[in-house]
Amino acid sequence: MTREIERVAGIPVVQIATIVPIMLTVGTNRIVPGVAIPHPTGNPALGPEGDKEVRRELLLRSFKAMTTPITEQTIFEK
Amino acid sequence: MTYRIVHYINQFYAGIGGEDAADHKPELRKGFVGPGMQLEKLFDGEGKVVGTVICGDGYYGEHTDQARVECLEMIKGLQPDILFAGPAFNAGRYGFACGDIAATVGEELNIPAVSAMYPENPGVELYSKKTYIAITSDSARGMAKAIPAMVSIGKKLLKGEKMGPARLEGYIHRGIRKSFFHEKSGAERAVEMLLAKLKGEGFRTEYEMPVFNKIQPAPPVKDLSKATIALVSSGGIVPKGNPDHIRVSSAESFGAYDISELKNMTPDNYESIHGGYDREWANVDPDVVLPLDVMRELEAEGVIGKIHPIFYTTTGTGTAVANAERFGKEIGEELKKAGVDAAILTST
Repeated sequence: MTREIERVAGIPVVQIATIVPIMLTVGTNRIVPGVAIPHPTGNPALGPEGDKEVRRELLLRSFKAMTTPITEQTIFEK
Repeated sequence: MTYRIVHYINQFYAGIGGEDAADHKPELRKGFVGPGMQLEKLFDGEGKVVGTVICGDGYYGEHTDQARVECLEMIKGLQPDILFAGPAFNAGRYGFACGDIAATVGEELNIPAVSAMYPENPGVELYSKKTYIAITSDSARGMAKAIPAMVSIGKKLLKGEKMGPARLEGYIHRGIRKSFFHEKSGAERAVEMLLAKLKGEGFRTEYEMPVFNKIQPAPPVKDLSKATIALVSSGGIVPKGNPDHIRVSSAESFGAYDISELKNMTPDNYESIHGGYDREWANVDPDVVLPLDVMRELEAEGVIGKIHPIFYTTTGTGTAVANAERFGKEIGEELKKAGVDAAILTST
């Protein structure tokens, strides 16, 4: 789905998910590793504040991913 | 009985011409033309090429709808028992035409149709699931093997004989799996495969993984502070009550919802219906799967231009690759039309 959106719309699509090898297999170009399978964009164990902080950091990293020129599949680590 | 065979070939194999004659319109000739002679010979009196339909590859490619109808009419008029198309080897446009007419004839006339191509011919990816495509080499040098390969498959189909697996019969896998009882249990077979793998011996999987295409990365967003960013998810986040009945697994549809007035996802307005992960956290706060709350904050802070008013969502568990690709294509078209600059897609 990620790859087809990127191909058809011609825009960068950043995928946030936890299993990086799957994203590499399906052809995602800009990869941001998520927190966990049932909560990729948050960490409820850290309480409401910590949870939001995690989310903010992931989104800022996603923005970095979408503004970075790349030539091949790239994983944007913390 | 003598089978009535119709053969489809392009302008080149009909001896009309090469590129210069690629716009040749569909033409019907009686009997065999070019490679059709060998086709009829291999039927050894059991079949006769009653007609050959010839069409320029350029014409078929550029006026596909028209070419398809014209060729189909000619073929239908010959009242065939079977259609052979090609072989097209690695000729892309010829492969497309052969695959398209073979698939069309199979569907419309309900008779067997067989084509033949090199596995990398683009016609294979488009039509291998819709028609039988015998495997050939990449050029006409392989003609001597290609025609018997087509004929062997064609005869089986005509006589209603049991069709074996693609790798044994010499055609390109159609994505069909047949169930049968094996003398060994699945566990035994799996351990045998593992042992063979550990010993460095060859083994054949019983469940081939799909092959995914890779694409050139899209250029980056130039000015984030002016960018419109869309949110997409395969994490099963839907408006409470799942109004469009998106399936909890093996999804066949996606939803598009207006979130322009929404600041935060809460259990009152959104929920997860995904059947492939523990929804406990997502149903306390859907933002842990679809990060709308912090996106709104970043939008208010001017870090990004704005969030696209429409949010796209489905469930990505057991979803057929073809469906996932279709969702992506349709969402991509909508985002393009709306002038969206980038997307964030979350998956569970």
